[in-house]
Amino acid sequence: MGARKIYLDNNSTTPCDPRVVEAMVPYFYEHHGNAASRNHPFGWEAEEAVDYAREQVAKLINVDPKEIIFTSGATEGDNLALKGVYEMYSRKGNHIITPKTEHKAVLDTCKRLEKQGAEVTYLDVKPDGLIDLAELEAAIKPNTIMVSVMWANNETGVIQPMKEIGEICAKHGVLFFSDATQAVGKIKTHPKELGIHLMAFTAHKMYGPKGVGALYVSRKSPRVKVTAQMDGGGHERGMRSGTLNVPGIVGFGKAAEIALQEMEQDAERLSKLRDKLEKAMFNELEEVYVNGNVNHRMPHVTNISFKHVEGEGLMMTFNQEIALSSGSACTSASLEPSYVLVALGLGDDLAHSSLRFSLGRFTTEEDVNYAIEAVKKGVNHMRDLSPIWEMYKEGVDLTKIEWAEH
Amino acid sequence: MAYSNKLLDHFKNPRNVGTLDKAKKNVGTGLVGAPECGDVMRLQIEVDDATGMIQDAKFKTFGCGSAIASSSLATEWLKGKTVDQALSIDNMDIVEELALPPVKIHCSVLAEDAIKAAIADYKEKNKVAAEANATA
Repeated sequence: MGARKIYLDNNSTTPCDPRVVEAMVPYFYEHHGNAASRNHPFGWEAEEAVDYAREQVAKLINVDPKEIIFTSGATEGDNLALKGVYEMYSRKGNHIITPKTEHKAVLDTCKRLEKQGAEVTYLDVKPDGLIDLAELEAAIKPNTIMVSVMWANNETGVIQPMKEIGEICAKHGVLFFSDATQAVGKIKTHPKELGIHLMAFTAHKMYGPKGVGALYVSRKSPRVKVTAQMDGGGHERGMRSGTLNVPGIVGFGKAAEIALQEMEQDAERLSKLRDKLEKAMFNELEEVYVNGNVNHRMPHVTNISFKHVEGEGLMMTFNQEIALSSGSACTSASLEPSYVLVALGLGDDLAHSSLRFSLGRFTTEEDVNYAIEAVKKGVNHMRDLSPIWEMYKEGVDLTKIEWAEH
Repeated sequence: MAYSNKLLDHFKNPRNVGTLDKAKKNVGTGLVGAPECGDVMRLQIEVDDATGMIQDAKFKTFGCGSAIASSSLATEWLKGKTVDQALSIDNMDIVEELALPPVKIHCSVLAEDAIKAAIADYKEKNKVAAEANATA
C-alpha cells in the first residue's frame, strides 16, 4: 500500500516523455539565447531550434510551418482564435456558433465576446455527445463569422464529425475553428484536409511540457488573419508577441515528432486496455453506464457512471493509489455536476456518479488490472453505504420520493 | 485537498452503517438531501423507552467522503444521549472535529439536518402513539 501510484488522468495532463525532457535540457543553459536576437550566435541557435520545432509540429498536423503560431497553451490558442477572428472579421458579422460541451476556455471566451457585442449560438448535443449537423447548418446566418467545435471532448472523449462540419462551413463561407487539445498527437488531425481554418492545441496533453501550445492559422485558401491579443515585440509574425519559450517549444517539437511515429501503436494498445477496463466494469458490477458515443471517441478514454454512488466519494476509496477525475463537482462551490454530462442529458444523479478514465503512453496492463480491482472494491463499498442503492435494491421508485433539495 | 486523519478514518472505517426497522415505534428516521445534489443521508435512532436515551444509531449516506464521515461521526455522538441532548449537536462541532474544509461545510449541515429529522420523526411517531393510547 502506498508505494503504487497509477495515473489514469492523462486527459488532465500527460507526463513529459523522457526523450522530450532530454531534448529540452540544452536550451535552458547551453543554448539559452532569445530567438529574436538576430545579431549573435546565441540568438541564431535559439531561432534555429524554434524553426526546427515549428517544422516538427507542422508535420504532425500536415500544415506549412508558417501556419504555426506558438502560444502558452491551448487556453491562449482558444482565446486568440476566438477574440482574434471576432475583431478581425467584425465588418463581416458578429455571430459565432459553438456547442454547449466545449471547454471553458472556449465557452467563457464566447461569453466575454457576448459582452462586447457578439451574438453566440450555443448548440445542444445529442445524448451521445455528438452535435446535430442539421441543427448546426440551420443556425448559420448571414452574420455568422465562425463555427467553433472541439475535435474531441475532454470529459467523454467523443469525437465530433469534423469533416462534415468542415463541409457545412465551406458551403456557407464561414470560418471553422477547432480546439483540438485532446486529439492532436493521439489521433490523426490534419486540419487542411477537413476544412478547418484555425486549430488550437497544447504540448502537455501529448507528452510534452506545460506552458507551450500552438495555434494553426490557415495562410492559403483562405488566408485567415487574427488580431493580436498581446501587444509587444511583434513575435510570431505579429500575431503573438512575447519572447518565445525556447526550451518548451523544443520539447513540443520533440513530442510532436514522437507522436507522429508512435500514436498509431499507442492508440491500438490503449484502446484494448480501455475496452478491457470497460468490459470488466460491465461484467462485474450492476448499473454501470458509459457516457458518450462509444463508436466515435478517443481510443484511450472512457467515462463511466456507477449508479447510486457519488463519484468523489468513490474516488476517495482509492485516490491514494489511483489518479483519475470525476464529473461530480462536490468540491466546487456551486455543487453543480459536470456541465458536459448534463448537456448529454444525463440526470444530475448519474452525472454525480461518473468517473473519467484516461489512459496514456505510460499506462501498463498491470495498472489497468489494479485499477479494475480497486474501482470494483470501491463501488461495492460505496454501495453498501448508499441509502439510495438500498432503496433501489428494495424496488423503491426513487423518482417518486420527495427529496429535500438543499 | 488534504483531509484530516479523523475524517479519513471515519470514511474508511465508517461506524454504525446499517438500517434500523423503521416500522418500530421507538425508531426515528431522517432522510435528507437529494441525489441530484450529490448527497443523500439517512440517519436513524432507536430510543430506549424506559430511559429516553438513544441506544442505537445507524446511517447510510450517498455522497462524498466528508458527507460519509460527518454522518458516521454523528451516529457515534448520538449514542448514549437523550433525544433532547441530541438536539444540541451543532454542525460546527462536526466541522471542528473532522477539520472540514470550507467547501465541505454543507456536509456537516446535512448531518445536523439528518439528526433533527430523525428526532422529529421519533417525536411525531410517539406523539401519535401517545394520543392513540389516550383515546383507546
